[in-house]
Amino acid sequence: MGAEGSSTDQASFPGARAPDRRREVDAGGVRLSVYEWGDEAAPPVMLVHGGFDFARTYDAFAPRIADAGFRVVSWDHRGHGDSEHAQLYSWVADERDMLAVVDSTTRQPCAAIGHSKGGSMLAHAIQAMPYRFTRFVAIDGLPFRGRAPDVAERERTVMMREEIARWLDHRRESGGLVRKPGTLEELARRRARMNPRLSHEWLCYLAAIGARRDEDGYRWKIDPALRMGGFGPHRARWAADRLPGFPIPILAIFGTESEPMGWDVDPEDLKPYLPASAQLEVFQDTGHFIHVERPERTAERVLEFLA
Amino acid sequence: MLEHNRVQLALHALKAGEGRALLLLHGLGERSPAALPSEYSRWKGPVYALDFTGHGASTVPRGGGYTCELLMADADAALGRLSQATIVGRGLGAYVALLIAGGRPEQVRGAILRDGSGLAGGGAGATTPTIPHVDADAPAPPDPYAMVDLATDIRPPDYATAYARAAALFSGLKRPITVCTRERPDWLAAVVSELGADEASLGQALAHYAKRA
Repeated sequence: MGAEGSSTDQASFPGARAPDRRREVDAGGVRLSVYEWGDEAAPPVMLVHGGFDFARTYDAFAPRIADAGFRVVSWDHRGHGDSEHAQLYSWVADERDMLAVVDSTTRQPCAAIGHSKGGSMLAHAIQAMPYRFTRFVAIDGLPFRGRAPDVAERERTVMMREEIARWLDHRRESGGLVRKPGTLEELARRRARMNPRLSHEWLCYLAAIGARRDEDGYRWKIDPALRMGGFGPHRARWAADRLPGFPIPILAIFGTESEPMGWDVDPEDLKPYLPASAQLEVFQDTGHFIHVERPERTAERVLEFLA
Repeated sequence: MLEHNRVQLALHALKAGEGRALLLLHGLGERSPAALPSEYSRWKGPVYALDFTGHGASTVPRGGGYTCELLMADADAALGRLSQATIVGRGLGAYVALLIAGGRPEQVRGAILRDGSGLAGGGAGATTPTIPHVDADAPAPPDPYAMVDLATDIRPPDYATAYARAAALFSGLKRPITVCTRERPDWLAAVVSELGADEASLGQALAHYAKRA
C-alpha cells in the first residue's frame, strides 16, 4: 500500500526548484515524505500544503523563503504525494502527522506557513500548542462562513441526506478505486478544471512531479479513497470566533478571485475577527493559489513578516 | 468479514432466523458479544453484531484517523450485506445508529439507542483546541487512537437532529428512532425533543419494530 512509483525528476519550470533534501518520518506507523529547502542549520519554517495538493506545489515559493536564510520544511500529508496511503483519514490524524514532522525538525518554537486547509490546520494546532510556534502566515488559509444559505429546513435535510448518501456510496466502492491513467498533458488538463487560473506549463510541471508512471500511463499519486467536499459536525464559525485571541502574530493573505478549490472568504467578513495586531494583505486579480500565481510577491511579503 | 476500504470488519452472526435482521453496534472500547444476549432472544429474524474499525476482530489500522462518520460507513458496510436491518446501538454505537438511520433511511428499519460507553462524545460545540495525545504503544484492540478520538469528537445537537429529521422524513416509519437511555447528552436530548417522546423500554422497542418486520 502506498504511493510508490517514480515521478520524473527532469521536470522544470521557470523559478521552481526541487527540494535540497528529502527524508521520511514515521507518524504512528504511517510513512510521510518530508522535503527541505535551504541550510539545515538555519531557523526552520514549516510549510503546510492544502487538501488535494502535495508539498512540491511549493517548488516555486519555498526556495524564495529558503534563499533568505531559512530552513523550509514541508511534507506530503498522508494519502497525498509520496506519503503512504493510510487506512483512515481525519483532521486530528493530519494534525498528529504535522506534529510528528515538526518534532522531527525542531523542539524549539518555529514559524509556520499554511495554504488553504494547511492554514486552517495550523490555526487550530497553534491555538492548541501556542508554545510551539512563533509566527503564522495563512495563505487563503482561514475559513469563514456566514449564515447558512436561506433554504427551507426540509430542503436542507434533502441536501444533507443526498450528500451523506453520495459519501456512503463512495465508501462502499473506495477499496477498489484506481485513478484514471493518462499522459502528463492529460493529467494537467484534468487538474486545470480545479485550477483554472494556473498555467498549463505549471500544471504539466505539477503532473510530472505529482504523478507516478504505471504500465498504462501516469496517475496522480493521491489516494483515490480521498474525496473532495464533505460534511461533519465542525463549523468554520467556531474557528473564526477564536481568532480574536490568537496567541501569536498572524499574516493573512487573500486573493480576490473565486475558484473551485477556494473557500470564497471575503477578507472584509473575516476582518472583525482578526486580532488588532494581525496583518491582512489582499492581492488583487489573484485566486486561491496565491503563492503559485505570485510566488515572488508572496515571498517578499512573508519575509517582511518573518523578519 | 466485510471489506470497508482497507479495513476488514467482523460481522458476527449470533442467531439465525427468518425475516429482518437485528444489527447490534457495541460501545466505545467494547466488542461484539460472543453469544446472543438473552434480551434479544425473542427477535424472530437473524441477529448480527458488528465490530467497528479498531475494535474486536476488525482491523486495527495504523496511525488512527477515526470519526463517527467513518463508523457510520462501517455500519453501512454491514447494511450492504444485510440489505435491511433494525439497529440497536450501545453508547458510541447509539450515536452511530442515529447517523446511519439518517444516512440510509430506507435500509434502517428502526434504530434503538441504548446507554453504554461513549454515548456523550466530547461535547456539543466549540471546545478548547487540543490535539489529544495517544499512547500508540498501548495494546490493541481496542485501538488507542479510537479510544481517544471517539471520546473527544464534537456532537452538536443541530447536527444530530439533522440525521433524526432525515430518518423521520425518508424512512416512512412513524418511529424511526427509539431512545432507551437514562444518560441524555445534549445531542440526544435534542433528538428526543425533535422527534417527540419516542422513548420506550428495550422490550417495547424491539416488539414495536418486530411487528413491522
